[in-house]
Parts: sequence; C-alpha cells; structure tokens
Amino acid sequence: MIDRAQVLHVARLARLELAEDDVDRMARELSAVLGHIERIGELELDGVPPTSHVVDVVNALRADEPRPSLPREVALAPAPEVVDDGFGVPSPGAAA
Amino acid sequence: MIELTAAQAAERIRAGELSAAELFEEYRSRADADAELNAFTWVAEAAPEDGATGGPLGGVPLAVKDLFCTAGVPSQSGSKILEGYRPPYTATVVERLARAGAPLLGKTNQDEFAMGSSNENSAFGPVRNPWDRERVPGGSSGGSAAAVAAGLAPWALGTDTGGSIRQPAALCGVVGLKPTYGAVSRYGMIAFASSLDQAGPFTRDVTDAALLLRHMVGRDARDSTSLSFPEEVELPRAERLDGLRLGVPEELTGEGIEPGVREAFEATLALAEELGASVERCSLPHAPYALSAYYLIAPAEASSNLARFDGVRYGLRVEADDLLGMYTATRAAGFGPEVKRRIMLGTYALSSGYYDAYYGRAQQVRTKVAQDFASAFERFDLLVTPTAPSVAFPLGAKVDDPLAMYLNDVCTVPMSLAGIPAISIPNGLAGGLPSGFQLAGPAFSENRLLGAAYALEQAIGFDGSPARG
Repeated sequence: MIDRAQVLHVARLARLELAEDDVDRMARELSAVLGHIERIGELELDGVPPTSHVVDVVNALRADEPRPSLPREVALAPAPEVVDDGFGVPSPGAAA
Repeated sequence: MIELTAAQAAERIRAGELSAAELFEEYRSRADADAELNAFTWVAEAAPEDGATGGPLGGVPLAVKDLFCTAGVPSQSGSKILEGYRPPYTATVVERLARAGAPLLGKTNQDEFAMGSSNENSAFGPVRNPWDRERVPGGSSGGSAAAVAAGLAPWALGTDTGGSIRQPAALCGVVGLKPTYGAVSRYGMIAFASSLDQAGPFTRDVTDAALLLRHMVGRDARDSTSLSFPEEVELPRAERLDGLRLGVPEELTGEGIEPGVREAFEATLALAEELGASVERCSLPHAPYALSAYYLIAPAEASSNLARFDGVRYGLRVEADDLLGMYTATRAAGFGPEVKRRIMLGTYALSSGYYDAYYGRAQQVRTKVAQDFASAFERFDLLVTPTAPSVAFPLGAKVDDPLAMYLNDVCTVPMSLAGIPAISIPNGLAGGLPSGFQLAGPAFSENRLLGAAYALEQAIGFDGSPARG
C-alpha cells in the first residue's frame, strides 16, 4: 500500500507536479498495481544473482578517435530557449 | 497493387512490371485518406526523389513507429512533451532499411513512450482496429499493426519492450517479430526501458518478416549493446516440421486465456503435429512472476530514461519562476496519465528503503525466468503459447483499470525479460476477430523461428484481406 504522503514524496523525487485530485487517484492505482507485484515476495531468492542486462558484453568501447559531432546550431535548434549559444533556463532561485 | 505482399511487390519492381513510384503513391494516398483509423501521425508528401529502388527491398515503402528518430520529420513517441520535435538525425535501423530500398512512407501512432497495450495512451488519440473500428488495435505499436492490417502500408517497424510488437500483431491479424535483444541497433529509438526495448517488423506474412529482418540486424558502433548477427537471415521455405520439438508451457496456456483464443491455439497445436512436430506440455515455474518483475524493471528504467524530458533541450516548456518549477510544470503538462503512473512506480521502486524489496528482487526474478527458458530449451526447440489472452477488446474497456491492462502482456513479457526472440502469427478468427499464435526460441534462433512460423502459416491459411476493405 502507498499513501498520500508517499505519493507526494515520490512525485517530488520524480519532478512531477500532481493536481490535488490526482494524488488520491495515484495512491489508489499504485496500491492496486503494487498489490499484484508484491507476489514476488513469496519467492525464495537468496543467492540468486540479479540480471540487469541479458547481453553478455562488457565495456564495448569504440576507438578513441576525434570525429565531427552535431554542429552547435543544429543541436540548439529544437531548444525552447537559447542564450549565448547555450540552452537557456530560468534561475534556480532561492528555493532548495 | 495492394494485394501484393512486400516481397512480391519488390520482385515485380525488379522485373520491371511495377513502378516503385506508383506503389509509393498508392500507399501514400491510402495512408492519407484513412484518417478515421488514426494509424499515422505523419505521412510523406511524395516518394523520395532518390527512390532507393536499386536496393534489395526494391523501393517498397515502410511505415515507422513514431518513436524512431527521423531527421527533419516529426518524432514525438506519441507524447505531448515532444510537441513539434524534429530530430537532427535518423535511427540506425531506419537508415539501414532506407539504404536497402525501403523508403519512409510515414510515422505511425503509438502509446505514449510505448507504454500501453491498447494504443489509447497516445497524445494523438487512439488507433482503431481495422477488423472492428470500435475496438483497440493493441499496443504499444498499434499504429504500425493497424496500418499493415488495413493495407495502408506494405510493412512497418515497431518496438517491443514487453509485447508491444507481438500483442498488436495478434489483435490486428498480422505477423509481428521481436528479435533477440541486441540483434537490432537501438540508436535513435526514443528509449522506454533500455534493457528490454527491441525493434522488429510488422508484416502481412512470415516471408516479408524474414526479408525485412535480414536488413535490420547487425552490430552498430553507436549502440554498445548491439551484437553482430551470427548468420544470414534466410527466407523460409520448408512446409513440414518433421522432428521439431515444441513445448507448451502450462503457466502461459491455462487460466486467463479466453475460450476462443484457447480453441484456436489447441487447433494449431494439432496442425503442428500433422506437419511432423512433437508437442509436449512443459513448465516455466517462474513465468507467473514475470509480469510483476517486468512492471518493476520497465518502469524503473523508464523513470530514469524519461528524466531527460525537462523543458531544456527540446519539446514542450511551461514557463515558471524558477528552474524546479519549470521542470515540474513542464512534466505535469507534457506527460499523460499512464506515463506519470509508470514514472511514479519506477521512482518508488528505486527509492531509498524500497530498492532491495522491489527493483533488486525483480532483477533476481529475471534471472530465474531466463533460467527456466534455458532448461526448457534443453528439451525443446521452440516454445509456443497464445500471443495474448484475448482478442481485441472495445475502446475504453480497460482505460480505468491499469492492472487489467497490464495483464494483456502476460504471455509476452517472459520472453522480453529473457531477451529471447519470439514471433506472433495470425491464428484464424474467433468471433470475427484475429488471435495470435506465439513461437519463442533461444537467443539468435530467428531462422528456426521463422521456418516453423512459415510452415504453420501455410497450414493455417489465414486470410487477412477483409481488413484491407
């Protein structure tokens, strides 16, 4: 189960603003999904190694050779705001 | 002209009996005209000038899921947060296919960021099923499946993370193949869950799937998880299955499968035996836990991948007084409800205090699921299941119940976790609607998979023409 306070905490971690009505609905929906998911708690998994990736490749490195990258103006073209040849953002402000 | 499969059309073009430009225009105008189906988010205005008719694919046009980046062409992954985005580069697989002679016909509608099993989670609105326009086409690659089924495209590209190629292929009565993880470059695919996402073909028949796959696979220096394919992808020809050992996992073929779908599945098992295969029940003991593990792993990876959508470099921005306010307001306005749910679920599963119980355990379950497959493949050449537990359901039927929606993926998710290839072929009609027959094999067994799928396809004799109107 996941309650309102947890929903608000996780939303903050995820940089999501939730409307007041959405908080309760999110708590209800996530609780239902987690209720099903918690079945994995039944399994005996001691000593089972985790799988993060199925491909057995370690450090596939390319040759370290200089080559052209995207031109700056092309990379900046889709940006909502451009300032001094860079991505423009609002001030971080005083709030932490 | 649209009655030809892609392979047949390519052959006619090569023989000088068909013009690639006319074929392109025929599909282009059909794709443009059927706005009601809502399968496309963008359609080319004309055939490309260079034509690309010289390649082995002859100039037969290709529909591409919205989430593949295509230079200068809208690529939004079905999301409002990428409103107006036209990428500066093209995905490797799209580039390879264009070079091989499959020019871009259009971009297809999808669930937002490939999250969904009904194509109702798109910022562009739902796609309809060509067999019954009041029903869903499946998802997340619903637009690609519907476009091929309705004859608006000869073939199409989709992506499969937990079933997003195979399930819509089943619901729309077309062939859909999820290759081995790593077989096809992911470079230029807008990511959902990086350890699971894989591109694959939607086609009218198995031969077309083999032909398209042949030109998709291979190592790409721009995707460090891509691998070179160990052999040439062959066009299947054998019509018998002599000596082939098929396993039927009891956990994926029992309870929860709709009666009509189960009857069609059992009938095709009998056909396989007539063609010379042996059919035996088997067990994947951890398969019932695969869905739970998937719905932790995929959202966890998604919550991390989707952190990049913050109103800074591309797409939507909602202005606010400070940086944090801009991030949260932009993401609140840009993401739809299902994407927010998955970001929340994934962030929760990765958060301090819950990581071990959720994400860590899910990764251990993933190991067990892969081990189950490995031991099954000691006794069997291929495993077979229904692709989805039901035929296409009515639009709106499951939108308010996320868990019911997730259960659509129960037969497809285990293969995704194990990274193995699987194909869905049309398995006849139940109550006028298509269902799918899924075959899965060990990593890089695509030739075996396509061969068996071809023999079954010939024996089933499915007629997809009613959906093309």
